[in-house]
Amino acid sequence: MDTQLDLWEVFIQSKAGSHHVHAGSVHASDEAMALQNARDIYTRRNEGSSLWVVPAKYITASSSADADMLFDPANDKIYRHPTFYIMPEGAKQI
Amino acid sequence: MDAVHTISDFQHKIDSDLNIEPKDVMPDKYRTHLIRQMSQHAHSEVIGMQPEGNWITRAPSLRAKQILLAKIQDEGGHGLYLYSATETLGISRDELIQQLHEGKAKYSNIFNYPALTWADIGAIGWLVDGAAIVNQVSLQRTSYGPYARAMFRICKEESFHQRQGYEIMANMMKGTAAQREMAQDAMNRWWWPSLMMFGPHDSDSPHTGDAFQYKIKRKSNDELRQKFIDKTVQQAEVIGLTIPDPSLKWNEEKESYDHGEINWDEFKSVISGNGPCNKQRMDHHIKYHQEGAWVREAVNAYAQRTQRAEAN
Ligand SMILES: [Fe+2]
Ligand SMILES: [Fe+2]
Repeated sequence: MDTQLDLWEVFIQSKAGSHHVHAGSVHASDEAMALQNARDIYTRRNEGSSLWVVPAKYITASSSADADMLFDPANDKIYRHPTFYIMPEGAKQI
Repeated sequence: MDAVHTISDFQHKIDSDLNIEPKDVMPDKYRTHLIRQMSQHAHSEVIGMQPEGNWITRAPSLRAKQILLAKIQDEGGHGLYLYSATETLGISRDELIQQLHEGKAKYSNIFNYPALTWADIGAIGWLVDGAAIVNQVSLQRTSYGPYARAMFRICKEESFHQRQGYEIMANMMKGTAAQREMAQDAMNRWWWPSLMMFGPHDSDSPHTGDAFQYKIKRKSNDELRQKFIDKTVQQAEVIGLTIPDPSLKWNEEKESYDHGEINWDEFKSVISGNGPCNKQRMDHHIKYHQEGAWVREAVNAYAQRTQRAEAN
């Protein structure tokens, strides 16, 4: 019998207002335990002001083999970046 | 831990300039104000795709077409960021769209004007996105966390929008007399509606009080409008465009421009439904929302079938 409990992914918001960023994972039997474990394991040095825990099985990830197919199309669209445009000489704050 | 459990905790967080997060206790008035403002913002991004979308097939070059497509695609993305952020306040996407269709939620008045020529695409990117940027930069400091974070993401993407518009205007001003005239005509038609985007003067802005108290809004309509005017005048001068405001004058004392009277009667008339494109914009949105219903139904049916198959 598996005694490892479920895997949960942990996200930490480092300070109020910022994004929650993935930190790692914990094992736990339920939400409360997952939060508790996340706090004990990942925020011993005031790393965060808020935690999210999400059952790992609910995270769908793209596979690295698909990376080219997924992200290549953005490579030749340099016009999505402001530096692509030539601004007239002397124009300010643009 | 940092969760907000009571209204006094809420006020304390607001007072110390900390962001409110979805699970925090918040006053109903705060929630209602945010839903109204954020959904209006989301609807504006999406409705704003229409006047520009009108020019995709007529863009003057492949380069211009690619850029315009990418720009409009971004606006769709902005709408989605903002709808998702609004949904964290406990309202569904469905309800938000319904409010739009019933006229209970608004979108930015500027999109009730038509994009008549290619120069309008330049004017929209430069002036309309330019005005939106001024507003959105200040909203990066709004008190609601998901809204503020959406603003950071959006502002990063907006810079290309404004530049591509300004580039169009600059190129036209280097072109033939007819092209220069077309650019000036677009400028004349979009300048005043762009100033109106910031809303009524502070002296008669109905929502200002709450929005400031809750730090949803960080700068007033007039402050933001002034900021926009001050940075845009120089850009117009550099490429030889005239601002269609004979009263526009540099004020040495306040180190910014004085501007002429805004035609608030026009603003009120357009916002209450009498603009050139109000009906067209809404009809279009409703039509395509309804015509897309089968896609949503098919996706749901497929999901249910897969779930049944997994359960067996
Ligand atoms: Fe946008
Ligand atoms: Fe934009």
